[in-house]
Amino acid sequence: MSEQAPPGPPEPPGSPGAPVPATATKQKENSGESHRSFGQILRESILEGNSVTVIFLAIFTAIVIGGLLNAFTNTTVLHAWGNFFSAPGAAISQAWNTAIGAYVALFEGSIFNPHTVAALFQQASISTAIHNGYLGAVFNPISETCVQATPLLLAGLAVALPYQAGMFNIGAQSQFIGGAILATYLGYGVNLPPVIHVIVCVIGGFVGGAVLGWVVGELKARTGAHEVITTIMLNYIMAYLLSYLLGNVMQRPGRSDLISPFIAGDAHLPHLFGSTLRINAGFLLALACALGVWWLLYRTTPGFEFRTIGKNPSAARVAGMNVERSWVLVMLIAGGLAGMAASTVIQGTDFSLNFQSYGTYGIDAITVALLGLGRPLGVVLAALLFGALHAGAPLMQAQTSTPVDIVEVLQALIVLFVAAPPLIRAIYRLRAARAAGVEGLSGKGLA
Amino acid sequence: MELELKGITKRFGSLVANDQIDLSVSPGQVHALLGENGAGKSTLMNVLYGLLQPDEGEILLDGKKAHFASPKDAIAAGIGMVHQHFMLVPVFTVAENVTLGMEETRPSGLLDRRKARRDVRELSRRYGLEVDPDALVENLPVGIQQRVEIIKALVRDASVLILDEPTAVLTPAEAQDLFRIIRQLKDGGTSIVFISHKLKEVQEIADTITVLRRGAVVGQESPSATEDQLAALMVGRNVQLKVDKEPAKPGEVVLDVEDLTVADETGRVWVNEMSFQVRAGEILGLAGVQGNGQTELCEALLGLRPIASGHIRLDGRDLTHSTPRQRLHAGVAYIPEDRQEDGLVSAFSVADNMVLDSYDRPPFASGINLHLGAIASNAAERVEEFDVRTQSADTPVGTLSGGNQQKVILARELGREHKVLVASQPTRGLDVGSIEFVHRRIVRQRDHGVAVLIVSSELDEIYALADRIAVMYEGRITGFRPPSVPVEELGLLMAGSEAPGTPETPGTPQAGTPEAEQAGAGESS
Repeated sequence: MSEQAPPGPPEPPGSPGAPVPATATKQKENSGESHRSFGQILRESILEGNSVTVIFLAIFTAIVIGGLLNAFTNTTVLHAWGNFFSAPGAAISQAWNTAIGAYVALFEGSIFNPHTVAALFQQASISTAIHNGYLGAVFNPISETCVQATPLLLAGLAVALPYQAGMFNIGAQSQFIGGAILATYLGYGVNLPPVIHVIVCVIGGFVGGAVLGWVVGELKARTGAHEVITTIMLNYIMAYLLSYLLGNVMQRPGRSDLISPFIAGDAHLPHLFGSTLRINAGFLLALACALGVWWLLYRTTPGFEFRTIGKNPSAARVAGMNVERSWVLVMLIAGGLAGMAASTVIQGTDFSLNFQSYGTYGIDAITVALLGLGRPLGVVLAALLFGALHAGAPLMQAQTSTPVDIVEVLQALIVLFVAAPPLIRAIYRLRAARAAGVEGLSGKGLA
Repeated sequence: MELELKGITKRFGSLVANDQIDLSVSPGQVHALLGENGAGKSTLMNVLYGLLQPDEGEILLDGKKAHFASPKDAIAAGIGMVHQHFMLVPVFTVAENVTLGMEETRPSGLLDRRKARRDVRELSRRYGLEVDPDALVENLPVGIQQRVEIIKALVRDASVLILDEPTAVLTPAEAQDLFRIIRQLKDGGTSIVFISHKLKEVQEIADTITVLRRGAVVGQESPSATEDQLAALMVGRNVQLKVDKEPAKPGEVVLDVEDLTVADETGRVWVNEMSFQVRAGEILGLAGVQGNGQTELCEALLGLRPIASGHIRLDGRDLTHSTPRQRLHAGVAYIPEDRQEDGLVSAFSVADNMVLDSYDRPPFASGINLHLGAIASNAAERVEEFDVRTQSADTPVGTLSGGNQQKVILARELGREHKVLVASQPTRGLDVGSIEFVHRRIVRQRDHGVAVLIVSSELDEIYALADRIAVMYEGRITGFRPPSVPVEELGLLMAGSEAPGTPETPGTPQAGTPEAEQAGAGESS
């Protein structure tokens, strides 16, 4: 090889080796088109059409458009623009200030707030600063970002892993609920020693989600039921089941609304940096799961099977892989991950379950996985980004009276642009380098 | 119309796909463009059809310079193209497909279906195409679908018709029909550009042959040039077209298929009580027109399709109900018919594809841990041994040429322990150089004592490789013959008639087989 290779590259450029890729790819596209399902095409266009550049440009574009939206829905700005011809400068600066002000507040609420540092230095001594929580205040934004990112990260992995195996898991919500029910019940319903109680509840979360994932996988393997349909339906079933349980067997004594008892203090995930910061072991658990999923996908034989099945199920069958078994296994693990996301919410921040605890995690998980290109490291980064947006939103609303909803708009815009790479390419006049897409894909591990 | 290409150059980044190509096609002429895969034939035709813009050079129509910004311009100028992969809507009728994109309406604003049907019928009659305008395209055989594509071009008044590898998807009989149609079109004054890498058919149909290699014209030949001359031009060196092989020394029966019946989900029987044996050190060539159950037979042999009745034994071990993995482990090597679909994961690297069916065993894995180092060193070795032309073992296999992709599959399958090799259409779509390589490797496996089953619809390939020929027709074997059998007799068997003098009924072939085998082995030299 080493002897073959050097003459290879210099000679082939104009030679058969070189033109071939073009024609080969073209043939593949042509022949592929006829028997690719809609799902495959969608998945390929999302997974493979993107390079990291496109992702960053998508985020940037979303921020710009979000800023414009923010500025031009603000009454002060609109009023200033009403007087545009008398004071054009004021109109523009007002719009700029509004947009930037909101983003600055968002940043201060999610990453770092200089005012907290100033307050820290005004304290007489370090010990009083720590005692009065001023040091904690400095790190509070980052802590909040991590807290918000934790369930997003786990639920995002629950979508990304099946993605790699060629499946769409729309059911992170139902799996989240499954995990939440079991983790909550184990949290208040049983008495266990301190450390063990935490672990049992987390495992309970995993099992609760895994059961729902397993059902989906088993239905697909045995009957061919498409996982998109079954997961969506299970989302409804689980949401109503949750309401039912919270109104009956799981209802907190003395309450008439749908809420569970508080879980035992033993079952709380431990704080990482003292009780003033909400960041807890759940964040480490989520990071460990991301590493675990990466290891599973790129360093183990089942992972090799998952990826093969995701890219080409018929070749996987010919190579002797048990496609059906892999479907079940993938959905089981994915369900477990979503279930653990519920664990981190119940045991990390909420300590009880109500009928809306699942929030929008199911949908956010899909957007996180999309933005993360379905890869573990990407999911970590995407979860942190969305976590930061969630964490910063309250301060932004408080300081600049920008509605928190702008954060949802921002998220939606990012995903919109990520899902439509040609749009970004057109805006920035990028060349649609297919080769780059293929390269990005073939990377063996984390990007 | 006189078509002339002058100094066409097309670059993709640093690579030159077409380098100063001159070509002229006169009316009523079949001009063959011969070259290996990747020689730049398709690029050139895409330039001519307006799909690509040349970087240099010009296109002249009747001496006037033409510029095609899109296929629309090319079509308007009278150029038609039949792609290798058809652009038809399966659920539409022939007439609907033909009018698609140029629908004519009646004054009421409704589609004028009657005119479309009339056009199709008229063209069909004039050129003997025998196409029913009301048939649904999805129900038509490939050969007829191709004619629909030709009609599409003719309806748009094409005077130059480009046929891109038209015979790649056709059976020999369909190819002969196509040649008849081409001759009629030619007599009607249409110029044909016939793109191919198959020497025989180019010799048969072309008036002029232009040979491309590495994006440049390397020669103009007349059809009287010998196959060896053309092959040498195409590949750039002398090529051994005939496979050198010693007479087979058949040993014990390795693969024993007995009364095998295979049906699909709808209950249609594809393989009907079929029996045959393959011995160690011999190649059994299974000939037959595509679609007579060969695909289903191969899938059943590998365990991808349930077996309705009968037995498959390997070295005496019953594999009838084993999973594909058990069969692979038992010593079946398999080269699938459709390598893109069943043989490779095109987004995966060459290295990963080389362990696609052995990734779970030492040295590539222990427990569930993959050993990336072992996978990489295995790839490095095999890339060298099988002369896979790739930039590195980490290159996605989908970017390699067809020949190199097939080498990756060969390297994987032959690199495992195996007792029997099942190869389905092992050289379909490959260029001359790669065919030579694949054939040599297959013969070498035979000489190492592997039992080889070749399934091919190309008779050339069957003759080149087989020590014994079996012909399959509608799920049954219509006869076993020695490789010395005349092609006419094979043709009859392929059409389903059991030639006189060889009373071989599929139900009881065991009795007749050994004699035929021995005879075959004896005469094969």
